[in-house]
Amino acid sequence: MSNAATPASAVTKQEPGGAVSFYGVWLLAAIALVVLPLVFSSGGSLTSFSLIGIAIIFALSYNILLGQTGLLSFGHAVQYGLGGFLAVHVMNAVASHNWPIPLPVIPLVGGLGGMAFALLVGWVMTKRAGTVFAMISLGIGELVASSSLILRSVFGGESGITTDRTALMPLFGWTFGPQIQVYYLIAFWVMVSAIAMYALTRTPLGRICNAVRDNPERVEFIGYDPHVVRYLAYMFAGFFAGIAGGLTAINFEIANSAYLGATQSGLVLFSAFIGGTAYFFGPILGAILVTYLQLGLTSVTSVWQLYFGVIFIGIVMFAPGGIAGILMKHRPLIRAGTLRSVIPSYLVAAIPTLALALGIILTIETVARFSGGDVINLLGIPFVATAPTTWAAAAVLLVGGFLVARITWRRVAEAWDRAATVARDRGYLA
Amino acid sequence: MTAAIQLNAVEKRFGNVGIIRDLNLSVARGERHAIIGPNGAGKSTTFNLISGHIKPTSGEIRLNGEVTSGLRPFEINRRGLSRSFQVTNVFARMTVWENVRCAVLWATGHRYAFWKNVDNLPEVKQRTAQILDDIHLSHRRDVPAGLLTYAEQRELEIGITIAGGASVIMLDEPTAGMSHAETERAVALIRRLTEGRTLVIVEHDMSVVFGLADRISVLVYGHIIASGTPEEIRGNPKVKEAYLGEEID
Repeated sequence: MSNAATPASAVTKQEPGGAVSFYGVWLLAAIALVVLPLVFSSGGSLTSFSLIGIAIIFALSYNILLGQTGLLSFGHAVQYGLGGFLAVHVMNAVASHNWPIPLPVIPLVGGLGGMAFALLVGWVMTKRAGTVFAMISLGIGELVASSSLILRSVFGGESGITTDRTALMPLFGWTFGPQIQVYYLIAFWVMVSAIAMYALTRTPLGRICNAVRDNPERVEFIGYDPHVVRYLAYMFAGFFAGIAGGLTAINFEIANSAYLGATQSGLVLFSAFIGGTAYFFGPILGAILVTYLQLGLTSVTSVWQLYFGVIFIGIVMFAPGGIAGILMKHRPLIRAGTLRSVIPSYLVAAIPTLALALGIILTIETVARFSGGDVINLLGIPFVATAPTTWAAAAVLLVGGFLVARITWRRVAEAWDRAATVARDRGYLA
Repeated sequence: MTAAIQLNAVEKRFGNVGIIRDLNLSVARGERHAIIGPNGAGKSTTFNLISGHIKPTSGEIRLNGEVTSGLRPFEINRRGLSRSFQVTNVFARMTVWENVRCAVLWATGHRYAFWKNVDNLPEVKQRTAQILDDIHLSHRRDVPAGLLTYAEQRELEIGITIAGGASVIMLDEPTAGMSHAETERAVALIRRLTEGRTLVIVEHDMSVVFGLADRISVLVYGHIIASGTPEEIRGNPKVKEAYLGEEID
């Protein structure tokens, strides 16, 4: 045991300037949020940034459940949507009564709405984790989503409820009419929410959430009631989801039943999972990627959901730790200086993998456009969906790419093992 | 003085099968008490009953004089009883340090606090470091518990159990699966760490039992057939009969 101890002790090596780099990351994020719209100032990119910001808060709130407490929810959009509806109603009330409440406070109202609903249904929901929780969350999601179409006075039926964000009192001359002002409002709440959610992971409750995720049975024998822990986590998740919902309501000046539905719940699960639930920053990456894909793909292909499905299956099968998991796997190698020995194998593997990806795209598009549709434009090359040459090209790329990729990825694994062994010997890997 | 643990006529049935029958047990404060018995005698069930993992069908269990039968495990834990598990039961994805710290949090009064920085609690920090030092795992503090060796996980299991400062410690086969050298180490560890506390231990290794225990109870078919000092147990004909010639010394 003592020989195992020597290398592992190096894992605990104090990194000089750890605190500096920690605050540096948050500072950089804040600067990036401020500078982004100055660099990319087109209306389209402003809209995208606004949506990405909201998606980040939403995905992080979801990860309080999935990544930190081990609760798989299929109905997280309920708190998000209800937060949005409450925000719209309060905005309309504030505007009609001329109450002195400025717009930037409204997301907090959304948050309290999301939390209030979590408070109401959470105790029953969080009694058990696992499949029971997942099923109840699905049921509650469907219940609320269908209620939203029935209870017209509250949810406005199919058309939803509209509002006017400029009708509230201006703050320091800001009316929040222009998108850039809304963007900064969202950016402000992204920073506040992200810091708050990160801080939550560093509290006694946050740590016990992790313990409940790992082993709820044992938690009972160190003085904690896992039911209470799950309930509190559920309320916090609801609160931050509500903030995201409130921001969406401000951004679109409407709240409708789509906010509450299963699609929205699925998207946030998707974002958090693709980004990686094991690390705090994972869902941020996932939210950025998924929102970006959603905005980008819809203009390129009519079957963009299909691509989401393929990506999701790919991540679940080959990288269950998500993007963050892939990135963090490289950290010990970078520290040990052995990453260089892996890179050539990556480059070799990239070629057939790219061919495989093109094969998948060509196959999907051929099927989608077979019975009428535009010519497929792949890397500038036109493909006609009904032409046998296109089918042949797709088949060659798909099958050939797969077979060659399989061999090259085996090489990557071997190179990886060698690099990891060295890293372990140097004490950078437990 | 009231007993640390008192079981009065405790019964546990699963359906029609009586696992525990008319179980009476008294463990004095500060005593090291071993429960032995053949496989399937109900030793683990007894542990589960006392710690609240399962509820007795009838009868009464008291901890330091207070009735605890019917309470949930965390309620019993908060009243000063902590137990370990036969099968290692740690927080696998969390580091050794986090494992022990989680077990310290409730006892130091931080409960479900979400307004305190967990890294900024001097008492928690100091106590966690002390426990890690005690179980000789300080050098492994940043390793995820799931990556520890078996013997290390068993030590961590003991560390989590004692971390809350409970007055009554229950260890379920703490040396199971250990080599001879590891067992000796573990026994020394247990002896030192349970100093001044009440210890209840289930153990198959008779050298551990007779080396550690002040008193021994013999459980056969869910019933205690003998309870006494190691000498009394050694000389008890009923015990010899139950073990059918097996060496118990």
